[in-house]
Amino acid sequence: MLEEFQGEPRQPEALEFEADRVSYEYERVPALRGLSLQVREGERIALLGANGSGKSTLLRLLDGLHFASAGSLRFRGTLLTEAAMEVDSFALGFRRKVGLVFQNPEIQLFNPTVFDEVAFGPLQLGWPREEILERVHATLDWIGAGQLKDRAPYRLSGGEQKRVAIASVIVLDPDVLLLDEPTSMLDPRSQSQVIELLESWNNGRKTIITATHQLEILGEIAGRAVVLEHGAVVADASPADVLANTEVLESANLIHSHRHQHEGVPHKHPSPYLRHEHPQR
Amino acid sequence: MSAGVMARTLRGFTRALGQTLVSEHSARESGLLQALDPRVKLVGLLALVVSAALARRLKVMVALFGLGMVLAVASRLSLWALAKRVWLVALGFTAMIAAPALFLTPGVALYRLPVGSLAITVQGARSALLLIARVESAVTLSTLLVLTTPWMHLLKALRTLLVPVEVIVLLAMTHRYVVLLTETANQMFESRQSRMVGRLSGHQQRRLMVNTGGVLLSKTLEMGNQVFLAMQARGFRGEVRLLSDFRLRGWDYLAICGFAVAAATAVVAGR
Repeated sequence: MLEEFQGEPRQPEALEFEADRVSYEYERVPALRGLSLQVREGERIALLGANGSGKSTLLRLLDGLHFASAGSLRFRGTLLTEAAMEVDSFALGFRRKVGLVFQNPEIQLFNPTVFDEVAFGPLQLGWPREEILERVHATLDWIGAGQLKDRAPYRLSGGEQKRVAIASVIVLDPDVLLLDEPTSMLDPRSQSQVIELLESWNNGRKTIITATHQLEILGEIAGRAVVLEHGAVVADASPADVLANTEVLESANLIHSHRHQHEGVPHKHPSPYLRHEHPQR
Repeated sequence: MSAGVMARTLRGFTRALGQTLVSEHSARESGLLQALDPRVKLVGLLALVVSAALARRLKVMVALFGLGMVLAVASRLSLWALAKRVWLVALGFTAMIAAPALFLTPGVALYRLPVGSLAITVQGARSALLLIARVESAVTLSTLLVLTTPWMHLLKALRTLLVPVEVIVLLAMTHRYVVLLTETANQMFESRQSRMVGRLSGHQQRRLMVNTGGVLLSKTLEMGNQVFLAMQARGFRGEVRLLSDFRLRGWDYLAICGFAVAAATAVVAGR
């Protein structure tokens, strides 16, 4: 299916990640099955897929938290293995370059105050104290959370928590940002705040890989869409091409057949949108 | 214990934890103890707690308790809230432990019970009173430390006393996730309650409780794993680094002297 569905050719840029037939299992349950993918510098990629399609697992492999059980995954030419991540010089450099925002802020926000939360990463990387203070204040101001700095993260609203979680990673100014469902479970206003935040940070220079199943934000967050199904890539094209391919979207469980009646006549069409209007007959 | 009792206990525990978290607010008030360097406060108040534990004279313990009250007022803490949440609870627990000593300590009878041959002795009453006074003083002084110091500052201060990093991480994570896990347990009981029709037998209730405990344990382990991954993702390599900005100022040195004099006096006078 992938061969049949290729979008526009992309600009040749330096390779950030190169996954070659990567597989991964959780206690014998396969999560990724021979997945191959290349990510180039400056790309904005959306990983699309239903729950359990392998999006979060792939992000964790890309962030060097899990390691492929078969196949190979390289970051800028270096194999991402457990042994490589045990070497401080490589691991700290990698953490500086690649950041992951987890889906659940409850997991990611473990410090007692918002300020401590944002300062956690720079502290681990051994930045000078003055630089940490300056960067943390600047980052908090940028996300509009300067007044929240002494608050406990778990006392914040869902939208605020998500913004702090993003700030806690962006404070390191990584080259590659991995986002796991950044707008899930947020109200529409918080969703748009998060998207605007990411757009203002990116400025076209950074590589951003976003896992999501929300098709309505696809055009805003990505220039390339990769559809996963059962741990493998089933489509890799521009967002417009992917959205136009209802067969792939339906097969990947991203849309469903919408059935209703018009003047007593049954009517069915696949649509990513529940609300729609038909022209007057 | 039935599942209903367990659910009520958990709800009470969650409420109590919620109240404990209020300490983060009181720790940021502008009061006497809040203005002190956390290291000075930690060492000073711990010295007073130790002197309360060593004291053998009731007057000294009462004086330490009084000092605790004065510090509480100067730190803008509500004595009424302290009485409800700390003093009464400590009194209840200590009284239970001390009660047998009233009758079992040999000595001069102070009051003979109308039924049986049991009598409260003067020595027994004195022992019970000493124990209660000691516990109340120590608990009050420890509570002042927790209520007037942000949790993270307290952890940093503990680090300066060479408490191992592992213990600090454990305390930090426990403080954060005990609330989340208790809430999860609450929700699990509520969801079960909402789907329950009719009464469960004692056996079924016990089974439900054990199953819930097992699921909660699994969730705890899973959450622990996830949090560790989130820490690793931001460069955590096993050593916790803290942004320490503690600085001793003039009144901190004064406070050190004050705590030292009070603790030394209590130890000498309490012998």
